[in-house]
Amino acid sequence: MDAVLLARIQFALTISFHYLYPPLSIGLALALVVMEGMYLRTRNPLFLKMTKFWAEIFGLTFAIGVATGIVMEFQFGTNWAGYSRYVGDVFGSPLAAEGIFAFFLESSFLAILLFGWNRVGPRMHFFSTLMVALGSALSAVWIVAANSWMQTPAGFHIVGEGANARAEITDFWQMLFNPSFLDRIHHVLMGAWQTGAWFILSVSAYYLLRRKFEDFAKACMKIALVLAFVSAMGQLVSGHASGITVAKYQPVKLAAFEGHFEESAPGKLYLFGWLDEKGEEVRFGLGFPGMLSLLVHFNPQAPLPGLNAFPKRDWPPLNIVFQSYHVMIAVGMGLIGLSVLGIFLWWRGLLFQSRWFLMLLIPAFLGPQIANQTGWIAAEVGRQPWIVYGLLRTSAGVSRVVSANEILISLVMFTTVYGLIFLLFMSFLFRKIYLGPSDGKVSE
Amino acid sequence: MNGMPDLNTLSFVTVVFLLAGYILLDGFDFGVGILHFFAKRGEDRRRLLGAIAPFWDGNEVWLVTAGGALFAAFPKVYAAVFSGFYLAFVLFLFVLIFRALAIEFRGKFSALAWRGFWDAAFSVSSGLAGFLIGMVFGNLIQGIPLGTDGEFTGTFLGLFNPYALFSGLFAVSFFSMHGALYLVLRTDGDLREKSRRWAGNAALLFVLFFILLSAWTAFGVPWVTLLVKQSPVLFMVPPAILCAIFISMQGIRRHWDFTAFLFSGFSMLAIIGTFAAALFPNLVISSSGGYPLTVYNACSSPKTLGIILRIASVGMPAVLIYTGYVYWVFRGKTASDRAYY
Repeated sequence: MDAVLLARIQFALTISFHYLYPPLSIGLALALVVMEGMYLRTRNPLFLKMTKFWAEIFGLTFAIGVATGIVMEFQFGTNWAGYSRYVGDVFGSPLAAEGIFAFFLESSFLAILLFGWNRVGPRMHFFSTLMVALGSALSAVWIVAANSWMQTPAGFHIVGEGANARAEITDFWQMLFNPSFLDRIHHVLMGAWQTGAWFILSVSAYYLLRRKFEDFAKACMKIALVLAFVSAMGQLVSGHASGITVAKYQPVKLAAFEGHFEESAPGKLYLFGWLDEKGEEVRFGLGFPGMLSLLVHFNPQAPLPGLNAFPKRDWPPLNIVFQSYHVMIAVGMGLIGLSVLGIFLWWRGLLFQSRWFLMLLIPAFLGPQIANQTGWIAAEVGRQPWIVYGLLRTSAGVSRVVSANEILISLVMFTTVYGLIFLLFMSFLFRKIYLGPSDGKVSE
Repeated sequence: MNGMPDLNTLSFVTVVFLLAGYILLDGFDFGVGILHFFAKRGEDRRRLLGAIAPFWDGNEVWLVTAGGALFAAFPKVYAAVFSGFYLAFVLFLFVLIFRALAIEFRGKFSALAWRGFWDAAFSVSSGLAGFLIGMVFGNLIQGIPLGTDGEFTGTFLGLFNPYALFSGLFAVSFFSMHGALYLVLRTDGDLREKSRRWAGNAALLFVLFFILLSAWTAFGVPWVTLLVKQSPVLFMVPPAILCAIFISMQGIRRHWDFTAFLFSGFSMLAIIGTFAAALFPNLVISSSGGYPLTVYNACSSPKTLGIILRIASVGMPAVLIYTGYVYWVFRGKTASDRAYY
């Protein structure tokens, strides 16, 4: 296999695995703020128990997020030296800012959140939880700003020619608030909040079905259902806005999202389908004519540029993008429906009795994780063949001095250790959930 | 120099500051990890972990931030060093992950074999992480083979040269001493007595390695030999560092625990500072006759350097204040009633 492909596989693997954890910790952090805030207001020990239980799961999730995140921070240099040289002037400062404004905040105050219960007062403790939540959200802000710049670069100019060409910053704020940033950070944060909320819902539903820790589970479920509902609704808004931005700035990507081949025609919105790259058509598909144009331009007749309007060498791999995009949409819609249903049952006073609904909730924690993963696959594979959209091809970004064999070695190492992490994390999680909140101490 | 140092110099200072912060802070928890091996009793081992539990995650953020700052300010160095030292860095990241797993999972289940495995993993990964840091800096001090395009032209095995390996050992001796002094500060009873002994032994090794490495560097690394001939005042640095260690050891004997820890930190700070100043304006020296990467030819635009400095000067004071606050909250001896690890 060639070095570029291996480097891409390694990046995809390490980032996908990493991204199982940060959304969960961002979402749980928000829930912790709500729970501990309720405790501070009501002084009801139930809320304290909740905060401590979820904080412990948060702590482990966070630690694994950090351990796998350090790999990401350095992988730009180890595997993508060409990219690093090209974009360092622009891309580096949000990474530095992420460390200074976000990571320090969350990791410092995390010490108080996890270990400081007897060392600071309840107000200071709540403040620490708040800072952890703020830090975790800010880390998403900076990294999504940097990633959005790779999608819709702005606030820079190109200096030098050929192999020496590189992007230099001209306007920091324009770079940061590049065209896709606000929609995408909104989308990412809503996704993260849902990840935390549905996770809590799943665990609470499990307790209710098993008739264990019922007071605890009911209180958790109410808080999480509100968060899930609010963020699912927010996701509807941010998803739509993101689509319009993609249509405007990355038309090839949108065409791949929806399998829109015609050079210039009103766009169909597909529920599902399979893209035939050779025949340039969607097969086995079910689509609504004009719906895509309606969503993008509020006019079903508006023509949209399709894949054929662009040279084939600028197309992303079509089916990966199309399928993962559609999985994301389907799962996202399902979660919206489920959250509305939950709120309805709550309003009718049936939430905790409807066993069928609680059974639906148990696997629901997978929903946001699947949507996060497929959403990012659609976004990042959809950016191909560019590493910086329209500026630098992915093949030009790779480290020239690193051989395919070296990457193979590191790929095997990462796969092995990440497999181990996953097993360990899951076994801890199942045990922690099985033991439940009654006993704060795990062992010793 | 006239008046204010330029943006490049200030950016260099910022990166060095972050790296030094990382080495001193994660350094003491590497040391605790190494000593974990020598603390045979389960109760002692648990207290060792308890002593670093609130801090180790935050300490690693210094590495992440230093990496970000290096990427932003000197992208060519970031690209050349990390891709050039590919397998060494992958190994380092691997070791850091294993270390995090050991800390997090050791106490989660109580089976004996489970404990034993993670105890070993914690000590080995801490030692290896320290060793690799020393090795990387050993190579950077000697200079690495660079092509005219600023790309690394050496090999992975070439990184394992005698000087670099010895630098690795030297780093391990420092981290052990630093970690032991941290434990003296944070433990009580017989564990504190043990830590004092560990500190003494590690300091002995450190002094021995330091003297040997100083001589090797002064006479065996050509650009340093040249430099000390030009400025013989550099001969004053090793004695000054030995003085700091002497004060540190006096601190142990007289129960000035904090002074002892502080002066061990000063000694490493002096070593890092001296090398940073000696290297300046070079960042990476070429051992193969190619051009060195300097703060002037490997840097980002003045605009970006200005942005980084603004971010650092707004952000770092706040970071120092609340990091200091967290260390203050967890001051004193670690209680043995800890529940988490």
